Amino acid sequence: MKRHLISAADLSRADALLILDTAEELASLADRPIKKLPTLRGRTVVNLFYEDSTRTRISFEAAAKRLSADVINFSAKGSSVAKGESLKDTALTLEAMGADAVVIRHGASGAAHRLAGWVRGSVLNAGDGTHEHPTQALLDAFTIRRRLVGGSGKGGLGGWVPPGAGGSGGSSPRASRGAGLDGLRVTIVGDVLHSRVARSNVLLLSTLGAEVTLAAPPTLLPHAVGSWPCAVSYDLDSELPKSDVVMMLRVQQERMTAAYFPSIREYSRRYGLDAARMARLPEHAIVMHPGPMNRGVEIAAEVADSVRSTIVEQVANGVTTRMAVLYLLLGGTEFPATEFPATEFPAVTR
Amino acid sequence: MTAGHPEATGNPGTAAANQARWLVRGVTVPGDGEHGSRVTDMLLSGGSITAVETGLNHSGARVLDAEGLIALPGLVDLHTHLREPGREDAETVETGTAAAALGGYTAVHAMANTDPVADTAGVVEQVWRLGRTAGHCDVQPVGAVTSGLAGTRLAELGTMADSAARVRVFSDDGRCVSDPLLMRRALEYVKAFDGVIAQHAQDPRLTEGAQLNEGEMSARLGLAGWPAVAEEAIIARDCLLAAHVGSALHICHVSTAGSVEIIRWAKSKGWPVTAEVTPHHLLLTDEFAVGYDPVFKVNPPLRTEADIAELRRALADGTIDCVATDHAPHPVEAKETEWAEAAFGMTGLETALRVVHQAMVDTGLLDWAGVADRMSVRPARIGRLTGQGTPLAVGAPANLTLYDPAAPAEAVVSAGASKSRNTPFAGMELPGRVVATFLRGVPTVLDGKLA
Repeated sequence: MKRHLISAADLSRADALLILDTAEELASLADRPIKKLPTLRGRTVVNLFYEDSTRTRISFEAAAKRLSADVINFSAKGSSVAKGESLKDTALTLEAMGADAVVIRHGASGAAHRLAGWVRGSVLNAGDGTHEHPTQALLDAFTIRRRLVGGSGKGGLGGWVPPGAGGSGGSSPRASRGAGLDGLRVTIVGDVLHSRVARSNVLLLSTLGAEVTLAAPPTLLPHAVGSWPCAVSYDLDSELPKSDVVMMLRVQQERMTAAYFPSIREYSRRYGLDAARMARLPEHAIVMHPGPMNRGVEIAAEVADSVRSTIVEQVANGVTTRMAVLYLLLGGTEFPATEFPATEFPAVTR
Repeated sequence: MTAGHPEATGNPGTAAANQARWLVRGVTVPGDGEHGSRVTDMLLSGGSITAVETGLNHSGARVLDAEGLIALPGLVDLHTHLREPGREDAETVETGTAAAALGGYTAVHAMANTDPVADTAGVVEQVWRLGRTAGHCDVQPVGAVTSGLAGTRLAELGTMADSAARVRVFSDDGRCVSDPLLMRRALEYVKAFDGVIAQHAQDPRLTEGAQLNEGEMSARLGLAGWPAVAEEAIIARDCLLAAHVGSALHICHVSTAGSVEIIRWAKSKGWPVTAEVTPHHLLLTDEFAVGYDPVFKVNPPLRTEADIAELRRALADGTIDCVATDHAPHPVEAKETEWAEAAFGMTGLETALRVVHQAMVDTGLLDWAGVADRMSVRPARIGRLTGQGTPLAVGAPANLTLYDPAAPAEAVVSAGASKSRNTPFAGMELPGRVVATFLRGVPTVLDGKLA
């Protein structure tokens, strides 16, 4: 793997599978009473967040802490950034403080790329403008694989049991190890033009062998989308019956007034996923959303809360996947091939 | 290739140097198609070319051995940002014109988007005088079309035309005169004093927040797209306006194949339209943005291979009249940022001729006589300059550039005479070397260094 994770395009199929398989290992940790590993003890991970994103920040924070890293949260609000400090100066400051990894969320596309030129530590892109959000794609791939690959796999909801129902949280996760998403049909719906989640998912899911289709109004597709490794459709209804996965994108508030579509109600009628549309999906198909959701806009409440919905799982898988990425980028200590000796370092757990 | 005579030292800016005579020996003057290129001596005296023949007597004259060098009429830039007054941290008239001289230029047009804006006789005269004081090349101020570049009411165009700066080219460059009625009035109004409106063609609504040419790269990089149509729509409109009112329109920094097609059509109608292309749009594509280094961020944006090919063809066949640098210096901090935060623009004066050499001459699209036409003769004509862009003949002002086309390709260094370092060509190997520049018989550059 490379030193940084900035784009899903940086990941070969082997890299991506290594991350997913590592995440699978780490997921077993979640079942233990003590969830903490000593692997990144003494390493410093900085969460550098220029945009409000509590869910992504705490996901990275939880991931780093479960690996025993020291975590510094640097929010642009109320910091020197608000006083006009440049990204470069902030980078040099973090560098001087000895950050081993910087997790950056920024409103400008390419900010993570630029940052990587100014710091020695690893840079993890936690979302840069309308460019990419590679760990979101990884957690989505992880979620899809757990649900639809291995074990009973595609063809039914398999052994999955809703959270809290006493199950282990996966169909047969170990069985999916090493497997890609070959042949799975994923439909990504909504504002692709401005979506970093869509960009990263198109790249990663196609690398893993999935057949990706983008379904959106033409105004919300990039002009050159034809060069992407995916299909494009303006008609969501025709895509649903052949989709194994439907991934709904959030409609940002500011798009609603910029002539991308006539009205939010019309958008919802044509591209929102309601119960009637969900009924057109194959029985085994799952519904994903990166959050936060606009219930009643791109996704109806009854869909979001249905058994097909993986939205809560995605959050849990986010922590695991980000642990895997941090672990692999920072090189940790030797990675145990099979089991984690959870009892070895009880002192560091809190 | 060096000033070989022992007396060839001392400050050429002094009165004594002004009176000095120079013998440029064995220089190649490019042919013009009818006549082949020829090797000759050239005597520069009293600010003019006083003899062009072989075997000239050099007694009393300083000798410059120009064997292997090409003589071009001093280059003329229609589009330079000198930043003074207002942003002297990025460039001054002194440093910008020094960069121009090093690039082979003997005249530059200073764009109006300074602070304060060059929209009054006072400001254009100030810039003009600063140029005279600096002495590296002639500085011809461009006046703003609208007051404060605000695009709402005409600046005092006639007063600027009547001023000591004798402004003839007017431009809101950096911004488009997007209001069609205001553009029409501006075009009409400058007819009274043989003016020309140089339009920065960019539809503001189609480029809100735009960052990079709309295409594969912008889609991949997640940078807001800058569609070609935003340029082409304005060019089409303005060509029609220029035809309707019979006024001279010049189109700045043409960057798309579609723009070329429209200009070709307008010219085929005999309409009074001229156009320029920048060196960077002749060489660099939007793929350079892949690393989000804002040194490649420019307005209009870098386009595609297909656009470059068409721009080169158009420059070769004369559809595009000239090369103009759009030299746009910026301090380091304006570029060491996120892409979206960074300033638009690149420097270009010191590299323009070498870029044209690579893009146009090495490709066989243009010969050196063609280069002289596109980088000196035509821009001088469009800018209504007298004493610039004239053929290298007896009696002509001694404005010339000596260029070594055989100099081995060398990597461009970002540090030059310009105060700014934002050259997109840094590290790129470009052929050729500007050896000397003469402004009215006085060397401003000798042996590739400021004289």
